[in-house]
Amino acid sequence: MKFAVVRFPGSNCDQDCVAAINALAGASADYVWHKDSSLEGFDAVVLPGGFSYGDYLRCGAIARFSPVMKSVKAFAAAGGPVIGICNGFQILCESGLLPGALVRNRGLHFVCEHVFLRTERTDSKFTNAIAPGQILNIPVAHGEGCYFADDETLAALNRNGQILLRYSDALGEITDASNPNGSRENIAGIRNEAGNVFGLMPHPERACDPLLGSTDGLVVFQSLIGKC
Amino acid sequence: MKALVTVMPKPSVLDPQGAAAAEAMRHLGLDAIGRVRIGKVVEIELPAGADEARLHEIARDLLSNPVIEDYSLEVVK
Repeated sequence: MKFAVVRFPGSNCDQDCVAAINALAGASADYVWHKDSSLEGFDAVVLPGGFSYGDYLRCGAIARFSPVMKSVKAFAAAGGPVIGICNGFQILCESGLLPGALVRNRGLHFVCEHVFLRTERTDSKFTNAIAPGQILNIPVAHGEGCYFADDETLAALNRNGQILLRYSDALGEITDASNPNGSRENIAGIRNEAGNVFGLMPHPERACDPLLGSTDGLVVFQSLIGKC
Repeated sequence: MKALVTVMPKPSVLDPQGAAAAEAMRHLGLDAIGRVRIGKVVEIELPAGADEARLHEIARDLLSNPVIEDYSLEVVK
């Protein structure tokens, strides 16, 4: 399974994503420059974290108009799996591939810490390798990660089972204290209605090696491998 | 001519910057203030007779995000 990792000017988690994916059996990853327009030969697309275009205007607002995004939209419309991590999640929301938006953290601080995540469903393309009840320990690192959607959108996300990850405590309880950024309903990751586009603020690629303190991020990539 | 695009967070969106600035104002003795919200103004230099409809499109699609923000456009001749 071949992953495209898109590089925007200012992406900085692209190498981590490629390294994490290349270490997995049955998967390989290669870079795609944001000015390229072909995703030919790729089975999945990753929009990595970073500060595309310096986060100017709004996070992800300018990257959304990069040439490659037309291809990413076509790829997603054809059912191809797309994962947006952190800044990648912001780009997916800005481009309308996912509902809602990511705004300034509640406490105004940039948060950079390990968080616990509860998986809301393990029958998705992106979470099927997660054991039911398993609480993931994965780091976040963002200043604008507060997920916002209006009441109507939020109700639809719940109704359609689109919320895949929520910030929780170590036991999986959804509490205000375990919400690092003020996200509505502790939302850490959502998918689109069709189920093939996934955005999350935590960085699974930074939790793929024991040296990094956790290997819980592996399951996100493993879920996709062999399932598409 | 110039266009001024004002972008403000929607009232329903949490604006921690505005809340922090309000707190500082109260601390400085300005007690009777209500909610404070912080947005931004984009100033665009334009040739005379620029297409205003196109400016609205740019303000809606690029300069603001309709999920979280409202914009207003003022053309200064």
